[in-house]
Amino acid sequence: MTTVITVPPSLDDHTFEQLLEQLAPVALDQKVLVDARHTRWASPYGLTALLTLAQSRGTQAAFTGPETEETASYWQRAGFYRYAEELFEMHGHVPRARTQAAESNVLLEITPVAKSDDVHDVVDRIQAKAQQILVNELNLDPMATMRFAMTLSEVCQNIVEHAQTMGFVAVQTYRYRQRLGRRVVVIAVCDAGIGFRRSLESAPGRKLSDRWDDAAALEEAVIRGVSRFRDPGRGQGLAGVRRYVGRWDGKLSVRSGTARISLVPPWDDDIPLREHLSPLPGSQVQITIPERVPQK
Amino acid sequence: MIYHISVSSVLRKTVCDLYTNLVTRPTGVAVRQAIEAALAELPEPNVTVIDFAHVKMLDFSCADEVVGKLLDFYQNAEAQPQRYFLIRGAHDGHLEAIEAVLERYNLAVIVQDESGSLRLVGTLEDGARRAWQVVKTEGRCGPLEVGRALGAPADAALHLLDDLSARRLVMRRDDGYVSLPQSV
Repeated sequence: MTTVITVPPSLDDHTFEQLLEQLAPVALDQKVLVDARHTRWASPYGLTALLTLAQSRGTQAAFTGPETEETASYWQRAGFYRYAEELFEMHGHVPRARTQAAESNVLLEITPVAKSDDVHDVVDRIQAKAQQILVNELNLDPMATMRFAMTLSEVCQNIVEHAQTMGFVAVQTYRYRQRLGRRVVVIAVCDAGIGFRRSLESAPGRKLSDRWDDAAALEEAVIRGVSRFRDPGRGQGLAGVRRYVGRWDGKLSVRSGTARISLVPPWDDDIPLREHLSPLPGSQVQITIPERVPQK
Repeated sequence: MIYHISVSSVLRKTVCDLYTNLVTRPTGVAVRQAIEAALAELPEPNVTVIDFAHVKMLDFSCADEVVGKLLDFYQNAEAQPQRYFLIRGAHDGHLEAIEAVLERYNLAVIVQDESGSLRLVGTLEDGARRAWQVVKTEGRCGPLEVGRALGAPADAALHLLDDLSARRLVMRRDDGYVSLPQSV
Protein backbone atom coordinates (compact mmCIF):
# COMPACT_ATOMS: atom_id res chain seq x y z
CA MET A 1 0.00 0.00 0.00
CA THR A 2 1.25 3.46 -0.84
CA THR A 3 0.75 6.30 1.60
CA VAL A 4 0.21 9.74 0.11
CA ILE A 5 2.18 12.51 1.78
CA THR A 6 0.74 15.88 0.87
CA VAL A 7 3.14 18.77 0.41
CA PRO A 8 1.61 22.04 1.65
CA PRO A 9 0.97 24.91 -0.79
CA SER A 10 3.86 26.86 0.65
CA LEU A 11 6.86 24.73 1.61
CA ASP A 12 9.43 26.16 3.99
CA ASP A 13 11.27 25.05 7.12
CA HIS A 14 8.12 25.35 9.24
CA THR A 15 5.62 23.73 6.88
CA PHE A 16 8.06 20.94 6.07
CA GLU A 17 7.24 19.63 9.54
CA GLN A 18 3.75 18.82 8.24
CA LEU A 19 5.30 16.33 5.81
CA LEU A 20 7.31 14.74 8.57
CA GLU A 21 4.24 14.45 10.79
CA GLN A 22 2.48 12.59 7.97
CA LEU A 23 5.54 10.38 7.50
CA ALA A 24 6.07 9.58 11.17
CA PRO A 25 3.60 6.66 11.38
CA VAL A 26 4.73 5.19 8.03
CA ALA A 27 7.32 2.41 8.20
CA LEU A 28 10.62 3.24 6.55
CA ASP A 29 10.29 0.53 3.92
CA GLN A 30 6.68 1.32 3.11
CA LYS A 31 6.05 3.08 -0.18
CA VAL A 32 5.08 6.75 -0.03
CA LEU A 33 3.96 9.17 -2.71
CA VAL A 34 5.03 12.73 -2.06
CA ASP A 35 2.31 14.80 -3.63
CA ALA A 36 3.35 18.37 -4.46
CA ARG A 37 0.69 18.98 -7.08
CA HIS A 38 -0.84 21.85 -5.17
CA THR A 39 2.37 23.40 -3.99
CA ARG A 40 2.89 26.93 -5.30
CA TRP A 41 6.08 27.97 -3.59
CA ALA A 42 9.08 26.37 -1.91
CA SER A 43 12.04 27.85 -0.08
CA PRO A 44 15.53 26.44 -0.72
CA TYR A 45 15.12 24.57 2.57
CA GLY A 46 11.87 23.04 1.33
CA LEU A 47 13.46 21.84 -1.92
CA THR A 48 16.66 20.46 -0.42
CA ALA A 49 14.78 18.85 2.46
CA LEU A 50 12.48 17.10 -0.03
CA LEU A 51 15.55 15.50 -1.58
CA THR A 52 16.80 14.56 1.89
CA LEU A 53 13.45 12.97 2.63
CA ALA A 54 13.81 10.87 -0.54
CA GLN A 55 17.30 9.80 0.55
CA SER A 56 16.02 8.76 3.95
CA ARG A 57 13.41 6.26 2.72
CA GLY A 58 14.07 2.53 2.73
CA THR A 59 11.87 2.07 -0.34
CA GLN A 60 12.12 4.56 -3.17
CA ALA A 61 9.47 7.23 -2.71
CA ALA A 62 7.26 8.36 -5.58
CA PHE A 63 6.83 12.06 -6.39
CA THR A 64 4.39 14.22 -8.27
CA GLY A 65 5.47 17.78 -8.86
CA PRO A 66 3.59 21.08 -8.85
CA GLU A 67 0.80 21.41 -11.37
CA THR A 68 1.32 25.08 -12.05
CA GLU A 69 3.78 25.60 -14.86
CA GLU A 70 5.34 28.61 -13.17
CA THR A 71 6.16 26.69 -9.99
CA ALA A 72 7.39 23.59 -11.83
CA SER A 73 9.56 25.71 -14.07
CA TYR A 74 11.06 27.51 -11.06
CA TRP A 75 11.85 24.21 -9.36
CA GLN A 76 13.48 23.07 -12.58
CA ARG A 77 15.62 26.21 -12.75
CA ALA A 78 16.54 25.82 -9.07
CA GLY A 79 17.98 22.41 -9.95
CA PHE A 80 15.42 20.36 -8.03
CA TYR A 81 14.37 17.98 -10.79
CA ARG A 82 17.94 17.08 -11.73
CA TYR A 83 18.30 15.25 -8.40
CA ALA A 84 14.63 14.44 -7.80
CA GLU A 85 14.69 12.24 -10.90
CA GLU A 86 17.58 10.27 -9.41
CA LEU A 87 16.05 9.90 -5.96
CA PHE A 88 12.29 9.67 -6.51
CA GLU A 89 10.15 7.54 -8.76
CA MET A 90 8.70 10.39 -10.80
CA HIS A 91 5.02 10.54 -11.65
CA GLY A 92 3.16 13.04 -13.79
CA HIS A 93 4.67 15.91 -15.72
CA VAL A 94 8.39 16.54 -15.28
CA PRO A 95 9.43 19.88 -16.75
CA ARG A 96 12.34 19.56 -19.13
CA ALA A 97 15.51 21.51 -18.55
CA ARG A 98 15.69 24.31 -21.07
CA THR A 99 18.53 26.56 -22.04
CA GLN A 100 17.45 29.90 -20.73
CA ALA A 101 18.65 32.86 -18.81
CA ALA A 102 19.78 31.98 -15.30
CA GLU A 103 17.22 32.58 -12.56
CA SER A 104 18.35 35.78 -10.90
CA ASN A 105 16.91 34.80 -7.50
CA VAL A 106 18.88 31.59 -7.45
CA LEU A 107 22.35 32.41 -6.19
CA LEU A 108 23.28 28.76 -6.09
CA GLU A 109 21.07 26.11 -7.62
CA ILE A 110 20.68 22.87 -5.71
CA THR A 111 24.14 21.34 -5.60
CA PRO A 112 25.24 18.01 -4.15
CA VAL A 113 27.97 18.07 -1.53
CA ALA A 114 29.85 14.90 -0.70
CA LYS A 115 33.53 15.77 -0.61
CA SER A 116 35.95 18.60 -0.08
CA ASP A 117 36.18 19.42 -3.81
CA ASP A 118 32.43 20.05 -3.88
CA VAL A 119 32.85 22.73 -1.20
CA HIS A 120 35.54 24.43 -3.30
CA ASP A 121 33.16 24.38 -6.25
CA VAL A 122 30.30 25.85 -4.21
CA VAL A 123 32.50 28.64 -2.84
CA ASP A 124 33.87 29.52 -6.29
CA ARG A 125 30.39 29.70 -7.76
CA ILE A 126 28.87 31.75 -4.96
CA GLN A 127 31.67 34.32 -5.03
CA ALA A 128 30.98 35.00 -8.67
CA LYS A 129 27.30 35.73 -8.07
CA ALA A 130 26.99 36.98 -4.51
CA GLN A 131 28.69 40.37 -4.67
CA GLN A 132 26.00 42.16 -6.66
CA ILE A 133 23.10 40.87 -4.58
CA LEU A 134 24.63 41.06 -1.10
CA VAL A 135 26.20 44.48 -1.39
CA ASN A 136 24.02 46.32 -3.89
CA GLU A 137 20.63 44.82 -3.17
CA LEU A 138 20.79 43.70 0.46
CA ASN A 139 22.96 46.66 1.53
CA LEU A 140 25.42 44.46 3.39
CA ASP A 141 28.95 45.77 3.87
CA PRO A 142 31.55 44.93 1.19
CA MET A 143 33.14 42.29 3.41
CA ALA A 144 29.82 40.45 3.39
CA THR A 145 30.57 38.48 0.24
CA MET A 146 33.64 36.94 1.82
CA ARG A 147 31.91 36.22 5.12
CA PHE A 148 28.96 34.79 3.27
CA ALA A 149 31.22 32.43 1.31
CA MET A 150 32.99 31.44 4.55
CA THR A 151 29.63 30.69 6.13
CA LEU A 152 28.62 28.59 3.18
CA SER A 153 31.93 26.75 3.25
CA GLU A 154 31.61 25.87 6.91
CA VAL A 155 28.02 24.62 6.74
CA CYS A 156 28.81 22.53 3.66
CA GLN A 157 31.84 21.04 5.40
CA ASN A 158 29.53 19.86 8.11
CA ILE A 159 28.23 17.34 5.56
CA VAL A 160 31.70 16.28 4.43
CA GLU A 161 33.01 15.86 7.97
CA HIS A 162 30.04 14.49 9.84
CA ALA A 163 27.16 13.28 7.68
CA GLN A 164 28.87 10.23 6.14
CA THR A 165 26.62 10.67 3.13
CA MET A 166 25.90 13.15 0.36
CA GLY A 167 23.87 16.27 1.08
CA PHE A 168 22.50 19.22 -0.84
CA VAL A 169 22.99 22.98 -0.66
CA ALA A 170 21.00 25.79 -2.25
CA VAL A 171 21.07 29.57 -1.95
CA GLN A 172 18.29 31.90 -3.03
CA THR A 173 17.10 35.42 -2.42
CA TYR A 174 13.48 36.41 -2.16
CA ARG A 175 11.22 38.93 -0.49
CA TYR A 176 10.21 37.61 2.92
CA ARG A 177 6.82 39.23 3.22
CA GLN A 178 5.39 37.05 5.95
CA ARG A 179 7.67 38.04 8.81
CA LEU A 180 9.97 40.73 7.62
CA GLY A 181 8.75 42.61 4.57
CA ARG A 182 12.32 42.74 3.30
CA ARG A 183 14.50 40.82 0.92
CA VAL A 184 16.49 37.97 2.40
CA VAL A 185 19.18 35.64 1.21
CA VAL A 186 18.69 32.09 2.41
CA ILE A 187 21.21 29.26 2.59
CA ALA A 188 19.83 25.74 3.02
CA VAL A 189 22.10 22.75 3.59
CA CYS A 190 20.40 19.40 4.15
CA ASP A 191 21.66 15.85 4.47
CA ALA A 192 20.23 12.52 5.52
CA GLY A 193 23.37 11.40 7.31
CA ILE A 194 24.02 10.37 10.88
CA GLY A 195 23.01 13.70 12.45
CA PHE A 196 24.52 15.60 15.37
CA ARG A 197 23.64 13.17 18.14
CA ARG A 198 25.27 10.14 16.55
CA SER A 199 28.21 12.21 15.37
CA LEU A 200 28.94 13.39 18.92
CA GLU A 201 28.31 9.91 20.32
CA SER A 202 31.08 8.59 18.04
CA ALA A 203 33.70 10.66 19.89
CA PRO A 204 36.02 8.20 21.62
CA GLY A 205 35.58 8.11 25.39
CA ARG A 206 32.76 10.60 25.34
CA LYS A 207 30.60 10.56 28.46
CA LEU A 208 26.95 11.19 27.76
CA SER A 209 24.96 13.37 30.10
CA ASP A 210 21.80 12.10 31.83
CA ARG A 211 19.73 14.17 29.45
CA TRP A 212 21.15 13.07 26.13
CA ASP A 213 19.00 13.37 23.05
CA ASP A 214 18.90 15.25 19.74
CA ALA A 215 18.18 18.56 21.47
CA ALA A 216 21.09 18.15 23.87
CA ALA A 217 23.39 17.25 20.96
CA LEU A 218 22.31 20.37 19.06
CA GLU A 219 22.93 22.54 22.12
CA GLU A 220 26.41 21.04 22.50
CA ALA A 221 27.37 21.49 18.86
CA VAL A 222 25.66 24.74 17.91
CA ILE A 223 25.82 26.70 21.16
CA ARG A 224 28.91 25.31 22.87
CA GLY A 225 30.95 24.45 19.76
CA VAL A 226 31.55 20.84 20.81
CA SER A 227 32.81 18.51 18.09
CA ARG A 228 33.29 14.77 17.93
CA PHE A 229 36.98 15.49 17.35
CA ARG A 230 39.12 16.19 20.43
CA ASP A 231 41.34 18.54 18.49
CA PRO A 232 41.12 22.03 20.09
CA GLY A 233 40.67 23.66 16.70
CA ARG A 234 37.45 21.79 16.02
CA GLY A 235 34.04 23.34 16.42
CA GLN A 236 35.20 26.70 15.12
CA GLY A 237 33.24 26.47 11.90
CA LEU A 238 29.80 26.62 13.47
CA ALA A 239 31.08 29.19 15.99
CA GLY A 240 32.18 31.40 13.08
CA VAL A 241 28.84 30.92 11.35
CA ARG A 242 27.03 31.90 14.55
CA ARG A 243 29.15 35.04 14.84
CA TYR A 244 28.47 36.14 11.27
CA VAL A 245 24.77 35.40 11.46
CA GLY A 246 24.55 37.49 14.64
CA ARG A 247 26.43 40.34 12.99
CA TRP A 248 23.99 40.34 10.07
CA ASP A 249 20.97 40.23 12.36
CA GLY A 250 20.26 36.92 10.68
CA LYS A 251 18.72 33.66 11.76
CA LEU A 252 20.39 30.27 12.06
CA SER A 253 18.30 27.12 12.43
CA VAL A 254 19.67 23.62 12.72
CA ARG A 255 17.41 20.59 12.73
CA SER A 256 18.65 17.11 13.50
CA GLY A 257 16.70 14.00 14.35
CA THR A 258 13.75 15.13 16.44
CA ALA A 259 14.95 18.59 17.50
CA ARG A 260 15.57 21.98 16.03
CA ILE A 261 17.61 24.79 17.52
CA SER A 262 17.46 28.39 16.31
CA LEU A 263 19.32 31.58 17.00
CA VAL A 264 16.36 33.87 16.73
CA PRO A 265 16.83 37.54 15.74
CA PRO A 266 14.48 40.27 17.01
CA TRP A 267 12.48 40.29 13.75
CA ASP A 268 11.42 36.66 14.17
CA ASP A 269 9.28 34.95 16.80
CA ASP A 270 10.45 31.38 16.35
CA ILE A 271 10.98 29.13 19.36
CA PRO A 272 14.72 28.73 20.11
CA LEU A 273 14.54 25.01 20.84
CA ARG A 274 11.90 22.64 19.53
CA GLU A 275 11.95 19.09 20.81
CA HIS A 276 10.02 15.90 20.11
CA LEU A 277 9.51 16.72 16.45
CA SER A 278 8.80 14.00 13.94
CA PRO A 279 12.08 12.32 13.05
CA LEU A 280 14.22 13.02 10.01
CA PRO A 281 17.71 11.57 9.71
CA GLY A 282 20.76 13.78 9.27
CA SER A 283 20.93 17.50 9.74
CA GLN A 284 19.19 20.37 8.04
CA VAL A 285 20.59 23.88 8.33
CA GLN A 286 18.97 27.13 7.28
CA ILE A 287 20.57 30.56 7.44
CA THR A 288 18.47 33.63 6.70
CA ILE A 289 20.18 36.99 6.22
CA PRO A 290 17.90 40.00 5.86
CA GLU A 291 18.38 43.08 3.77
CA ARG A 292 20.01 45.78 5.86
CA VAL A 293 17.79 48.82 6.22
CA PRO A 294 19.74 52.08 6.45
CA GLN A 295 19.32 53.60 9.92
CA LYS A 296 17.44 56.89 10.04
CA MET B 1 67.62 34.25 6.84
CA ILE B 2 64.11 35.21 5.91
CA TYR B 3 62.30 32.56 3.93
CA HIS B 4 59.14 33.14 1.99
CA ILE B 5 56.28 30.69 1.56
CA SER B 6 53.45 31.67 -0.77
CA VAL B 7 50.36 29.91 0.54
CA SER B 8 48.67 30.43 -2.81
CA SER B 9 51.51 28.60 -4.62
CA VAL B 10 51.47 25.79 -2.07
CA LEU B 11 47.71 25.48 -2.51
CA ARG B 12 47.98 25.23 -6.27
CA LYS B 13 50.91 22.81 -6.19
CA THR B 14 49.60 20.48 -3.51
CA VAL B 15 45.83 20.49 -3.90
CA CYS B 16 44.62 21.86 -7.23
CA ASP B 17 46.13 24.39 -9.61
CA LEU B 18 42.71 25.98 -10.13
CA TYR B 19 41.98 26.77 -6.50
CA THR B 20 42.28 30.31 -5.17
CA ASN B 21 40.25 29.81 -2.00
CA LEU B 22 41.75 28.23 1.06
CA VAL B 23 38.68 26.35 2.23
CA THR B 24 37.94 22.96 3.82
CA ARG B 25 39.94 21.06 6.37
CA PRO B 26 41.46 18.48 3.97
CA THR B 27 42.80 21.37 1.89
CA GLY B 28 44.19 22.99 5.04
CA VAL B 29 45.84 19.73 6.12
CA ALA B 30 47.50 19.31 2.70
CA VAL B 31 48.77 22.90 2.68
CA ARG B 32 50.04 22.72 6.27
CA GLN B 33 51.87 19.46 5.60
CA ALA B 34 53.51 20.97 2.52
CA ILE B 35 54.58 24.01 4.56
CA GLU B 36 55.93 21.75 7.32
CA ALA B 37 57.90 19.76 4.73
CA ALA B 38 59.38 22.99 3.35
CA LEU B 39 60.22 24.21 6.86
CA ALA B 40 61.99 20.95 7.67
CA GLU B 41 64.53 21.73 4.95
CA LEU B 42 65.37 25.15 6.35
CA PRO B 43 68.25 25.80 8.75
CA GLU B 44 67.56 27.21 12.21
CA PRO B 45 67.05 29.83 13.34
CA ASN B 46 65.00 31.41 10.61
CA VAL B 47 62.11 33.75 10.01
CA THR B 48 59.49 32.41 7.64
CA VAL B 49 57.02 34.71 5.95
CA ILE B 50 53.69 32.97 5.42
CA ASP B 51 52.27 34.99 2.55
CA PHE B 52 48.52 34.94 1.92
CA ALA B 53 48.64 37.17 -1.17
CA HIS B 54 46.47 35.81 -4.01
CA VAL B 55 44.43 33.69 -1.60
CA LYS B 56 40.90 34.98 -2.10
CA MET B 57 39.28 33.45 0.94
CA LEU B 58 40.37 31.62 4.08
CA ASP B 59 37.72 29.82 6.07
CA PHE B 60 37.91 28.90 9.76
CA SER B 61 38.74 25.24 9.16
CA CYS B 62 41.65 26.07 6.87
CA ALA B 63 42.86 28.84 9.19
CA ASP B 64 42.86 26.27 11.98
CA GLU B 65 45.08 23.92 9.98
CA VAL B 66 47.37 26.39 8.21
CA VAL B 67 47.83 28.93 11.01
CA GLY B 68 46.53 27.45 14.29
CA LYS B 69 48.12 24.01 14.13
CA LEU B 70 51.31 25.25 12.49
CA LEU B 71 51.99 27.96 15.07
CA ASP B 72 50.81 25.80 17.94
CA PHE B 73 53.41 23.20 17.03
CA TYR B 74 56.31 25.63 16.68
CA GLN B 75 55.40 27.73 19.70
CA ASN B 76 54.53 24.88 22.04
CA ALA B 77 56.55 21.88 20.83
CA GLU B 78 58.86 20.49 23.50
CA ALA B 79 62.07 20.93 21.51
CA GLN B 80 60.95 24.45 20.45
CA PRO B 81 62.67 24.68 17.06
CA GLN B 82 64.06 28.15 16.38
CA ARG B 83 61.45 29.10 13.81
CA TYR B 84 59.77 32.46 13.72
CA PHE B 85 56.77 33.40 11.63
CA LEU B 86 55.53 36.55 10.03
CA ILE B 87 52.17 36.70 8.26
CA ARG B 88 51.99 38.85 5.15
CA GLY B 89 49.43 39.52 2.44
CA ALA B 90 46.48 38.88 4.74
CA HIS B 91 43.42 41.06 4.19
CA ASP B 92 40.71 41.71 6.77
CA GLY B 93 38.75 38.62 5.74
CA HIS B 94 41.78 36.39 6.29
CA LEU B 95 42.53 38.09 9.59
CA GLU B 96 39.04 37.42 10.95
CA ALA B 97 39.59 33.69 10.55
CA ILE B 98 43.21 33.88 11.75
CA GLU B 99 42.30 35.84 14.88
CA ALA B 100 39.54 33.38 15.73
CA VAL B 101 41.95 30.42 15.65
CA LEU B 102 44.71 32.26 17.50
CA GLU B 103 42.25 33.00 20.28
CA ARG B 104 41.25 29.36 20.42
CA TYR B 105 44.88 28.22 20.77
CA ASN B 106 45.96 31.14 22.96
CA LEU B 107 48.55 32.13 20.37
CA ALA B 108 49.82 35.37 18.86
CA VAL B 109 51.62 36.13 15.61
CA ILE B 110 53.14 39.15 13.90
CA VAL B 111 51.33 40.46 10.85
CA GLN B 112 52.95 42.74 8.30
CA ASP B 113 50.54 44.95 6.39
CA GLU B 114 50.87 46.33 2.86
CA SER B 115 52.87 49.35 4.04
CA GLY B 116 55.36 47.06 5.77
CA SER B 117 54.39 47.99 9.31
CA LEU B 118 54.06 45.23 11.88
CA ARG B 119 51.38 44.49 14.41
CA LEU B 120 50.60 41.75 16.84
CA VAL B 121 47.50 39.68 16.27
CA GLY B 122 46.09 37.12 18.67
CA THR B 123 46.08 36.51 22.38
CA LEU B 124 48.71 38.27 24.44
CA GLU B 125 48.62 40.05 27.78
CA ASP B 126 48.72 43.80 27.68
CA GLY B 127 52.16 44.00 29.36
CA ALA B 128 53.72 41.60 26.84
CA ARG B 129 52.08 43.52 24.01
CA ARG B 130 53.60 46.77 25.25
CA ALA B 131 56.99 45.12 25.70
CA TRP B 132 56.80 43.88 22.12
CA GLN B 133 56.11 47.45 20.96
CA VAL B 134 59.26 48.60 22.72
CA VAL B 135 61.40 45.90 21.09
CA LYS B 136 59.82 46.68 17.72
CA THR B 137 60.58 50.38 18.08
CA GLU B 138 64.10 49.90 19.38
CA GLY B 139 64.98 46.95 17.17
CA ARG B 140 67.19 45.47 19.86
CA CYS B 141 66.99 46.00 23.62
CA GLY B 142 67.18 44.37 27.03
CA PRO B 143 65.09 44.24 30.19
CA LEU B 144 66.46 47.53 31.50
CA GLU B 145 65.28 49.52 28.46
CA VAL B 146 61.95 47.72 28.34
CA GLY B 147 61.44 48.18 32.08
CA ARG B 148 62.23 51.88 31.75
CA ALA B 149 59.79 52.31 28.87
CA LEU B 150 57.02 50.47 30.68
CA GLY B 151 57.73 51.91 34.12
CA ALA B 152 58.26 48.40 35.45
CA PRO B 153 61.10 46.69 37.35
CA ALA B 154 63.74 45.04 35.16
CA ASP B 155 62.91 41.54 36.43
CA ALA B 156 59.28 42.02 35.43
CA ALA B 157 60.42 43.25 32.01
CA LEU B 158 62.72 40.23 31.69
CA HIS B 159 59.77 37.96 32.40
CA LEU B 160 57.77 39.66 29.62
CA LEU B 161 60.66 39.40 27.17
CA ASP B 162 61.20 35.73 27.94
CA ASP B 163 57.51 35.14 27.36
CA LEU B 164 57.72 36.92 23.98
CA SER B 165 60.80 34.89 23.10
CA ALA B 166 59.10 31.61 24.05
CA ARG B 167 56.17 32.60 21.87
CA ARG B 168 58.60 33.26 19.00
CA LEU B 169 57.56 36.92 18.78
CA VAL B 170 61.07 38.28 19.47
CA MET B 171 64.46 36.60 19.12
CA ARG B 172 66.65 36.18 22.15
CA ARG B 173 70.30 36.91 21.48
CA ASP B 174 73.33 37.15 23.78
CA ASP B 175 73.14 40.92 23.72
CA GLY B 176 69.40 41.33 24.10
CA TYR B 177 66.05 40.73 22.49
CA VAL B 178 65.64 41.46 18.80
CA SER B 179 62.63 42.38 16.77
CA LEU B 180 62.08 39.84 13.99
CA PRO B 181 62.77 41.77 10.79
CA GLN B 182 65.92 43.30 12.31
CA SER B 183 67.24 39.92 13.23
CA VAL B 184 68.29 38.94 9.72
